[in-house]
Amino acid sequence: EDMEEDRPSWENPLQFLFACISYAVGLGNVWRFPYYCQMHGGGGFLIPYLIMLILEGMPLFYLELAVGQHTRKGSIAAWKSISPYLGGVGVASVVVSFLLCIYYNVIIAWAFWYFFHSFQEPLPWSDCPLNINRTGYLEECEKSSSTQYFWYRETLNITTSIEDSGGVQWEQTVCLILAWLVTYLCILRGTESTGKVVYVTATLPYLVLLIYLVRGVTLPGAINGLKYMFTPKLEELANPKTWINAATQIFFSLGLGFGSLIAFASYNPPNSNFEKHAIVISLINSGTSIFASIVTFSIYGFKATFNYENCIDRTILLLMDTFDLAEGSITAENLESWEIYLNSTFPGEYAAVSSQVKVCDLQSELNTAVEGPGLAFIVFTEAIKNMTGSQIWSVLYFAMLLMLGVGSMLGNTAAIITPLRDIKLLSQYVPKEVLTGLVCFVSCIIGLMFTTGSGNYWFTIFDTYAATLSLLLIVLVEIMAVCYIYGLRRFEKDVEAMIGHKPNWYWKIMWAFVSPVLIIGMFGFYISDYITKGAATYQAWEPSLGRLVMKKYPVSASVFIGILVVTAMSCIPIAAISTFIKSRFQKQEPSLK
Amino acid sequence: MAQALLFALCLVSVAQAQICHPHEPNAYKVRLSIKTALGDKAYNWNENEQYLFRATIAFAMRQYLKNEIFRASNVLTCNETQRVSFWFVVTSPENPSVTIPENDVAEAIRLNRHRINNAFLLSDKTLQFIGIPPTLSPPVESSLPVWLILFGVVLGLVVIGIIFMIVTGIRQRKSKRLKKPVHEEDPEEKLERGVIENGIACQTIEEAEGIKNGAYEHDDDKLTQL
Repeated sequence: EDMEEDRPSWENPLQFLFACISYAVGLGNVWRFPYYCQMHGGGGFLIPYLIMLILEGMPLFYLELAVGQHTRKGSIAAWKSISPYLGGVGVASVVVSFLLCIYYNVIIAWAFWYFFHSFQEPLPWSDCPLNINRTGYLEECEKSSSTQYFWYRETLNITTSIEDSGGVQWEQTVCLILAWLVTYLCILRGTESTGKVVYVTATLPYLVLLIYLVRGVTLPGAINGLKYMFTPKLEELANPKTWINAATQIFFSLGLGFGSLIAFASYNPPNSNFEKHAIVISLINSGTSIFASIVTFSIYGFKATFNYENCIDRTILLLMDTFDLAEGSITAENLESWEIYLNSTFPGEYAAVSSQVKVCDLQSELNTAVEGPGLAFIVFTEAIKNMTGSQIWSVLYFAMLLMLGVGSMLGNTAAIITPLRDIKLLSQYVPKEVLTGLVCFVSCIIGLMFTTGSGNYWFTIFDTYAATLSLLLIVLVEIMAVCYIYGLRRFEKDVEAMIGHKPNWYWKIMWAFVSPVLIIGMFGFYISDYITKGAATYQAWEPSLGRLVMKKYPVSASVFIGILVVTAMSCIPIAAISTFIKSRFQKQEPSLK
Repeated sequence: MAQALLFALCLVSVAQAQICHPHEPNAYKVRLSIKTALGDKAYNWNENEQYLFRATIAFAMRQYLKNEIFRASNVLTCNETQRVSFWFVVTSPENPSVTIPENDVAEAIRLNRHRINNAFLLSDKTLQFIGIPPTLSPPVESSLPVWLILFGVVLGLVVIGIIFMIVTGIRQRKSKRLKKPVHEEDPEEKLERGVIENGIACQTIEEAEGIKNGAYEHDDDKLTQL
C-alpha cells in the first residue's frame, strides 16, 4: 500500500539547494528587478534592496524552511501542527499557488512560441509585414514597431478591450498545452523527477547569462547602459516608494508564503542545515538579480545607442534630401551646425520639415523603462534582432526564460501537490501520477482563458491582484503565529534539535519585530493604494494608433478582481472559525469520542 | 548653313528647357545615394552615367510600350544637384515636344525596376523615384511553418517521456507490492514505534486530527489550548 511508503526525500542536499534556487530565481529577477533599478536611481537602488534582504528576506526564508523541515509536511498540515486554528494559512497558500500556477504557465507558453520562432532566418519580428498592394508596410506595424507588432498581433492577436474576448487562439493554446505537458513530465514522479530536473533549470540560466554578459559588454554602446545603471541617483533614497518597492521585490522574489519552500524543506532529512541554506539561497537570489541587471543594462545601452544612431542617420538623410546636399556633407558631428545654418538660410523649407527632424536623445532612449513580459518579448527582442547571429542569441535567451519559468513552476506545483498528498484519503486511493495529472489538467483548462484575444488583459489582472495582498497577509500570520502563538522559545528549541544550535539574536529580533512591522507597512501601503486609485484602469492596445491606451475596467472585471483578492485571504479566518466551531461541537458531545 | 544649325540647336535646347523642369506634370524626380550603397567603391556621377540613365529609361519605355522605338535622346534630364538628384521627362519619339504621360512612365519603371537598379549597382532604397513606390518583395515563406515542425518534435519527445515515466512507475510499484508480504508486522509492534515512523498507528491518526501533537509534547510547555 502507498501508506507504507516513507516520505520521499531528496537524493542529496545539492538537489534541495538547486530546487530552491530554481524556484526563487525566476522571471522576476530578469524582468522586474532591472526595471526597479532603472526607476529608482540605478546603483543607488541596491542600498534599500540589500537592507531589505537582511531585514525581511533572510529571516522569513529561514522561518519557512524551518517549519517545513521540522513538521515534514506540506503547508496545510504544517500550520495545523503549529496551531490547530491555522490550517487556513496552509489552505490560503494552496489557493494562491493554484492561482499562480494557472497564469504563470502562460508565460512559458509564450516563451515556447518565441523559442520555436527563433529558428527562422531572418527573425520574424525583425521586419514588418507588407500591406496588401505591397507598396509599404502594414499600418499597425509602421506606427508601432516590428517587435511590438509581432507581440501584440502575431503572438497574442490582442483585442482592443477586455470585454471583447476575440476567440481562442489555437497557436497559443497548443503552446500552453505543451507547457503543461512539460511541467507534468518534470513533476510526475515527485522529488525523484524534480530532483533531477533542477540540476538543469538551476544552472543553465547562469550559463546563458554569462554568455550574454560577455557579448553584452562588448557590444557597441553597452557602456552607455552600464553608466546609466551604475550612476547612483541618491536623491531617490528619499522617496518612500523606493523602499517599498525594494521590500516588495525582495518579498516576492524569494517566493515566500506560497508554501513551496515548506514543501521542498519537508523532504529534507531532519538535521539538514537550513540556516546555511537560507543565507546562501537568498544571497544567490539577490546576486542573480544584480547579475541579470548588468546584462540587461548592457543590452539596453546597445539598443539605445543603435536607435540613437539610426535616428541621427534618418535626420541627416532627411536634410540631405530636402536641401539636395551632397552625400557625406552632413555627419553626426556637424549635424547641429548644419541645422542652424539651414534654419537661417532657408527658414521656409526648414520649417516644413522641422517637425520630422526629431530631436535624437540618447537619454530618452535609455529612459524607456519597461517591466514584465514587455521587457522580454518587445524590448529585448528588438535588441537581439540587431545583433550579429541574432538567431543564436534569440534561441539562448528564450531557452533561458524557459528554464527560469519551469524552475519556478516546479515549486508552484509542489506547493499544491505536497499538501494534497498529506491528506491520507488522497494518497491512499489516488496514485501520485493521477493526482499530479489532475492538478495539471485543471490548471490547463482554466488557463485557456489566457489564450483568447483578451487573454493578456486577464493575465495582467491575475499578475497584479491574485497573489500580492494575500501573500502579505499569509506571511504576516505565519510570522505572528510562530513568534507569539507557538512561542519563540519553543521554536528555538525545535531549531536546536534540528541543527544543533539556537538561532542567534539577529534572527529573533527580525522575526519578533522588524519583519512584521515591514510587512504591515507594505500591507497598509497596498490597501491605501487600492482605495485611493478607485476604479482600476488598464492598458489596451489600439491597432490604429500603434500604441497602448488607458481604459477603465468594466464592472464585471472589477468584481472579479475583488473576488480574486479576497479568495485566498478569506481561507484564514474561515478555517479558524470552522475549527473553533468543530471543537465546540466536540466539547459538547464528549461521548462521540 | 552653320547658322541655321546653331539656330536649330538653340531652339531644341530652349524647347528642352521648357519641357523638362521641376514639377512639370509628367516629370519625375530621381535621387541616387551612391556613397551610401557602395561606400569605398562608389563611382562618380558624370555625363556618362547620366547617359546610361537615359538609355536605361529608354529601354524600360521600349519594354513597356512595345510598338514605339525610344532613344536615349528621348529622355530629358534637368536640375541636377550635388545630392545626386535630378528631374527627368520622357518625350515621344514621333513628336519630341510631347511628353509621355506619367502613368505610362511610372508603370514602365515599376516593371523594370530590377534591371534599372542593377545597371547602377543600387537598390530600391538607394535609387529612388519620387512618386513611384517600389513593389516590395514579400519575405520568404516556407510551405510549412518552421515553428510547427519544432513544436511537433518537442511535443512528441515530451509525450514519449511522460508515457515512459508512468509505465516505469507502475512497474516499480508492482514489483514493490510483490516484495511487501515478507515485511508485514503485528499491529502491536506498530503502536510501540516512535512518532517519526509513517505507520498507521493510532498516534498518527490522532495527530492528524490536530488533537494531540506528539512532536511538540516532549516538553512540559503549555500546549496551545483549544
